[in-house]
Formats: sequence, structure tokens, C-alpha cells
Amino acid sequence: MAALIAIPVLLPLLAAGIKLAIGARLRNLQGVISISALAVNLVVSAILLVQVDTHGPMVARIGGWEQPIGITLVADRLSALMLVTSSAVTLCVMVYSVVSAYDRQEDVAPMAIFHPAFLVMLAGVANAFLTGDLFNLFVAFEMLLSGSYVLLTFGGTQSRIRAGATYTVMALMSSMLFLIALAVVYAATGTLSIAQLAVRFGDLTPQVKLLVELLLLLAFAIKAAIFPVSGWLPDSYPTAPAPATAVFAGLLTKVGVYAIFRLESLLFPGGPVGTLLLWAALATLLIGVLGAVAQADIKRMLSFTLVSHVGYMVMGVGLATVAGLAGAVFYAVHHMTVQTNLFLVTGLIERRTGTTSVNRLGGLMRKAPLLSVLFFVPAMNLSGIPPMSGFLGKLALVQAGLDVGGLLPVALVVAALVTSLLTLYAIAKVWGKAFWREQGEGEVAPEAGEEPVERSLTTQPGLYGPVSALIVLGLAYTVLAGPLSSLTVRAAEELMARQPYINAVLGVG
Amino acid sequence: MTISLVPLIVCGLLVAAGVTLVLERSLVRVLVGVILMGNGVNLLIVTLGGNAGGPPLLGQTPPEEMADPLPQAMVLTAIVITLAVTAFLLAMVHRAWQLRGSDEVSDDTEDRWVRLRARRGELGERVRARQAEYDRLVAEQRAELREPTRGEQLAHRRADRRRLKARQREARKQMRRTIRAERERQALALDPELEGDE
Repeated sequence: MAALIAIPVLLPLLAAGIKLAIGARLRNLQGVISISALAVNLVVSAILLVQVDTHGPMVARIGGWEQPIGITLVADRLSALMLVTSSAVTLCVMVYSVVSAYDRQEDVAPMAIFHPAFLVMLAGVANAFLTGDLFNLFVAFEMLLSGSYVLLTFGGTQSRIRAGATYTVMALMSSMLFLIALAVVYAATGTLSIAQLAVRFGDLTPQVKLLVELLLLLAFAIKAAIFPVSGWLPDSYPTAPAPATAVFAGLLTKVGVYAIFRLESLLFPGGPVGTLLLWAALATLLIGVLGAVAQADIKRMLSFTLVSHVGYMVMGVGLATVAGLAGAVFYAVHHMTVQTNLFLVTGLIERRTGTTSVNRLGGLMRKAPLLSVLFFVPAMNLSGIPPMSGFLGKLALVQAGLDVGGLLPVALVVAALVTSLLTLYAIAKVWGKAFWREQGEGEVAPEAGEEPVERSLTTQPGLYGPVSALIVLGLAYTVLAGPLSSLTVRAAEELMARQPYINAVLGVG
Repeated sequence: MTISLVPLIVCGLLVAAGVTLVLERSLVRVLVGVILMGNGVNLLIVTLGGNAGGPPLLGQTPPEEMADPLPQAMVLTAIVITLAVTAFLLAMVHRAWQLRGSDEVSDDTEDRWVRLRARRGELGERVRARQAEYDRLVAEQRAELREPTRGEQLAHRRADRRRLKARQREARKQMRRTIRAERERQALALDPELEGDE
């Protein structure tokens, strides 16, 4: 069974290699390879989740090396849950991108370059979720980043190169910080295995511990786009192709958030950084959503809400209780699905109309009623309309905040509610202008220097499939809220308890 | 474990130079900065990874004299990754140069908006000032054209009468003064002998 853990990392890499070898030939086979690799991934991660939930954390020692020496992959409830969600989401995005490539009869570049980069990125994401080693986490980050560099600058247009430059340099800075942190950690403890570190950090002086924690936190915060270091995200994401933005929004920030989950629960439980995280969450929530309210482009608006809603997860971690962490995990699962969904729908809008600027859109409700419904449901889910999963996740976090009590947590609860309202406001603005307004009212001519976007009035029905599947998945979180939230609570308990993970990896007991 | 200061200072210098270059607008400088910084960090890992020692091969070096191989393995990985990213950045520099003829990173969308808004703000102030001037003129003209009310008419007439009376008073005073002066002149004329006397 333990061998299964390596599959989510190896299979996408294998598929990417095969696709690179095939190159531009055998178009039908290309799509089959990508989709079947991700489908197998989904099945394997679901099996892993069931196994881990019943038997406790599972460990795979690569090459049979014992723990401190070799690379280990560890699956516990948190990582398996994240893996299942990310596999489901990426499968939908992959189907979308395959259908869209066939639909447009484009030249072969998308299949031959886009998909391998996409698959390498997914392997990196899976590796980040599963790794039991800080250096391997660094490698995982680099894998997913190098995939994302290619996806973000795909086609090499001027705006993408400009956005790609900012994105690449920001990502490199965070990697450098991470490496410095790794050097300090290794010098202080002599190991980089997460489980061993969890034991050995107890012996360090508080100053060294704090230094290491802050360094790692800063590196992860850049990846997760938490407020003082979130400026790169709304600048770079909106320019990428729709499937790339969708999967960036769904997965990449969540990888940073996942690393913070691990850092705060397993490595540094109950440190002084919790308060700092609460302040960061407060600033991220409010500043992100205020940015969203000011935007006139759907993609940019969604990018700002993405930054803002990362604040909810950070809030759950900062509260440092089982309820808070469980709420954050639930919210992460919900947010991965819904944010990806919204970006994909925006991609459909762009295909249909050639723009995503609300000043130039109008009358979509009449022109494309199906598209409107596809946008409306996840948008309401994101802004937390009951009984959708956005509401449930926010409710769990608000309850956790009120349970903790005190000035800052209660202020955060207020900020969370305000953010939810302002998200609804930002989405209502888009809805009112792009969908409800009559066509032709107040339309603005395209700005000079804007790159034209290809458009096709007849959208392939196959594109609606993956988008609808994501909507169904988002709504399923409501139907399955009971089992899902008890699973997140169990995952949070396992994280806070720390011992199951440490014992499984170090082979004690 | 003892650590000599020199590698640490070199590492600090490399990272500082790297950060300085990364803050530039030119992508080539950023690239050089990234390379310098990467080297600085790799040096840090090797330096912090323990004392120098023999090659970590069983049978060649006794285990207690071996250098720690793990940091070296990590640095090798990091070097490979930096190499890949450097290649990518170079490709991006080339593409940026193809597109724009320079490797400068241009302002982002938000910057452009802020600039646009600032320009609109300046324009707005000028427009507002002209509007205020126009409003004042209109108000004056309206006040002139306005039909006077009954009270104002009375007040106006009373003020007119007062002004008229004041003017009459002034005129009478003037007349009396003239008459007096005339009489004196006549008196002098009637008695010419007095003239030049005294």
C-alpha cells in the first residue's frame, strides 16, 4: 500500500516525459495520456485518503533508505485530503484544456508544451503535499514553480513576459529565503526531516527557534500571497491563459498555505508567531477585498478575492485550535474548487466575448444564459451565501474565532464577516454590469495597445462539462458537509496531536 | 563545529550585491543578481554544513573524519535548479528584447492606473476652478436681472429719496456759498477806493 504514495508524484512526471517524447505527433493519444494520468491520480489519492483515515499516517521510504538519510513521502489525513481535492480540480482543468485545444484547431504547441509543463507542475504540487522532508519540499516548490513559469509566459506575448518577470523574480526570492532557512535549520539541528525536526526543535533556544520559524514563514507567506508579500499575485495571474490561471489560483497558493499548516502545527506548536499570523490574516482579508472592489476586470477582481480569502485560512492557523485548523482545512478544500471554477468560467466568458472587462461586457444574461448560471453558482459560493460550502467554511472559522475570544480574534471575526460582504459586493458589481446590463449600454472602446483575444461565438459544449463538474463538486461539499467537516476535524486533531505523524515516520511504536 | 568568518562575509557580500541588482529594472541585471544571490546562499549552506573533512567514502576515510555529504548533495540540487531558472530567465530576457527592444520591466497595470488617475485628478482641479469662476459670474448676472420685491422696492425708493435730499442739501449749501462770495465781490466792486488800500 505504501507504494501508492509515490504515484501522485511519479505518474504526472512520467506522463510529461512521454508527452515530451511524442512531441507534436499523435494528437489523440496526447489528450488520452494527460487525462488518464490525472484520473488515475484521483483514484489513487482517494484510496490513500480512505487508507490514511482508517489506519493512520502512511510512509513510503524511497529506495528503501531509512528515515534520516533517504527521501520519505508521508501521507496523513491533511495531505491526503489536499491531494484528493487537487487531483479532482486538476482533472477538470485538464479536460477543459484538452477540449479547448481540440476545439480551436490550434497549432500543436499547446499539446506539446502546455501539457508537459502542466503535468510537471502537478507533480510538484503532489510532492509538496506528500513530502516528509524540508529539502524535498524545496525541490517540490521548484518543480511546481518551473512548470508555472512556462505556463504563465505561455505564448510569450508582451503582457505575459512582463507579468512573468515579476512572478519569476518574486518566486526566486522566496526560494532563496527558503534555502537560507534550510541552511540555518541544518546548522542548528543536523537534519531536515520534518518528523525529526519536530522532535529536535524542542531543544533549541527560543531565539534560534523564532529566527527559523520567521524565515520559513516568510518564504511560505510569499508563496501563499499573505498580505505584505501578496502584491505579485494580482499582477501576474490575470495575464496567463485561462486553464493555467485556474489551476494557479486553485493550487499554488494552497501549497503555501499547506506548508504553513505543517509549520505551525507540527514544527512550532504554540509559538509566539500565532498573534503575528492573526494580524497578517486581518490585513490580508481586508486589503485584498478592498482591492477586489476597485477592479473593473473579472480576472483581476478574482485575483484580489483570491488574496483576500487566503486570509481566512491563515486566520484558522493563527487561532491554533483544533476548531480553527479544521475550519481552515475545510475552507482550503472549498476555496481550491470554487476559485478554479470561477477562473475557468471567466475563461469561457473571454472565449465568448473576447474580453473580461466589465465595462465592455453586457447583456450576457440574455446572450448566454447557461454561462450566466455557470458563473452565478460558484460566485455565490465564494461570497458565502448559505447553504453553500463557502458559508459553512466561514461559519466554522467564525465559531472557532469566537470560541477563542479576546480582542484580536473577535476583531478578526468581524473582519471575516466584512470581507464576506465586500466579496458579495464585488461580485454583485460584476454581475450587474456584465450580465444584467443591456448590451451596448455604456460600452467602452478597447484601450490602445490591448492585445486582441481570440473569440468563438459557438462554444464547444465539451467545455461546459468540466466547469459543471466543478460546480457539482462545490455543491457536493454542502451535501457531504457532515462527513467532510468531521474528516477535517480529525485531520486537525491529528495535526495538533503531532505524535501520530512523528511516530509513523520515525518508526516508533 | 568551528566556522571561519571569511566564507560568511563573502556570502553576505554576494547576497547583498545580489539583492541590489535584483532591485533594478533591467532584467539582465536582475538575472546577474539572482546568480550572485544563489551562489551566496549555496556558500552559506556549505559553510553551515559542518567542518571540512575527507571524502565521505567508506574504506577511504574513517567515518569521524568524513565531511558531511548531505549539505553538498543539497547544494548540488540547488545549483542545478538555479541553472534551469537562469536559462529560463535568459530566454525571457531575449523575448522581452525581441518584443520591446529593451530588457526593462515596464510598470504594472496598477501603476499605470494610479498614474492615469493622478493625471485625471490634475485635470479635474483645473476644470473645477473654471466651473467655480463661471458659477460666480452667473450668480452676479442673476442678481442684476432679478425682479425686486415690494419691500426692496420701498427700501430702494426711500434710499433714492434720501440720496436726492442729500443732493438738494448739498446744492443749496453750494448756492449759498456762491451768493455770499458774489455779495463780497459786489461790495468790493462798489467801493473801489478800498482796493489796494491798507
